[in-house]
Amino acid sequence: MASHENKSTLEVIPRNEEKIKKIWKTAFILLILTSIEFVFAFTLDRGILLYLIFIGLTIWKAKYIMMEFMHLGEEAKPLFYSIIVPLIFLVWLVIALMREGTDIFLLRW
Amino acid sequence: MSTTATAVGVSPKRGIWGGGNEPLKASYGKLMMWFFLLSDIFTFAAFLIAYAAIRVSYPGYLGPEDAFIGSNEYWPVPELVFDAIPFFHGVHIPLAFVGLMTFILIMSSVTMVLAVEAGHRNDRKDVVKWLLWTILGGITFLSCQAWEWTHFIHGTDGGSVLTFVNKMGQVVTETVYGANLFINEYGPAAFAQLFFFITGFHGFHVTIGVFLLFLAFYQAAVGVYERRGHYEMVEKIGLYWHFVDLVWVFVFTFFYLI
Repeated sequence: MASHENKSTLEVIPRNEEKIKKIWKTAFILLILTSIEFVFAFTLDRGILLYLIFIGLTIWKAKYIMMEFMHLGEEAKPLFYSIIVPLIFLVWLVIALMREGTDIFLLRW
Repeated sequence: MSTTATAVGVSPKRGIWGGGNEPLKASYGKLMMWFFLLSDIFTFAAFLIAYAAIRVSYPGYLGPEDAFIGSNEYWPVPELVFDAIPFFHGVHIPLAFVGLMTFILIMSSVTMVLAVEAGHRNDRKDVVKWLLWTILGGITFLSCQAWEWTHFIHGTDGGSVLTFVNKMGQVVTETVYGANLFINEYGPAAFAQLFFFITGFHGFHVTIGVFLLFLAFYQAAVGVYERRGHYEMVEKIGLYWHFVDLVWVFVFTFFYLI
């Protein structure tokens, strides 16, 4: 019984070098984007422009992680949209809470 | 992935209501992992957006960067708070250590995706190898975080002179070192509270991820998945691990850069 269980029934498929190359390419892009954030953190002045650049780069990285690493793009379209569309609620949360924070600031100082 | 073997065998005898079907071409486990991650996105987003809201409710530090001192009157500049790395005591090296942590986590995500890819090919040797690298990356990240927390809690040599209401209800002015949930030398109390909650919650996720990875590593190594006929568990845990990396990308931007 034990020897039977350990017997492999799965056939090992050889490596697809192209796929693996694509994974490393994505990793390289992520590292480049992070380095750009790093350089900007020290060279550009703090302000709304820099923050927008940071947020843009972050969402760009998030896209790569979700699409290339988590293969969300290869899932069925209804699954893809059921994950992406609910995130719209976060837009409301950002607007509501930033407004709230600004008002508290004005009340306090 | 539609190209791999179907994870759930659909028995023709059971029909459409007998279970085992895959409505969105994803197995039950994978589907539920995705919806769990969606709910987790909301949890982390709530944390980070709350951080932003509390931050704008305080004045920011506007003085020159080289003359920065922590105060509970204004929000600190993160790169001037997180400027320590191990073995270089008292040297001002902003963001280097957290950059290293980001690098480690991204690399562990890459080795994870390689493990998933090996799982699609039913290649046990490669799965085990890449999972081991991923576990190593996760443990290294957690160790770095433990060091960072220790440094944050113990504080700098000089500390900061703060005026605050102490636990007895008296207004006192004294030198504060490090941080706790009540007072910290870097900024308003909310700064340390949010640091502990956000990075702590993320670190908790990484810890769970390392346990799950170890489970997958063990089961792959002893051949459980080979007998099962597919490596879908590696893929599901992979989704979780990439999510942890995804969250860190956001924490890195919102907590350390902005």
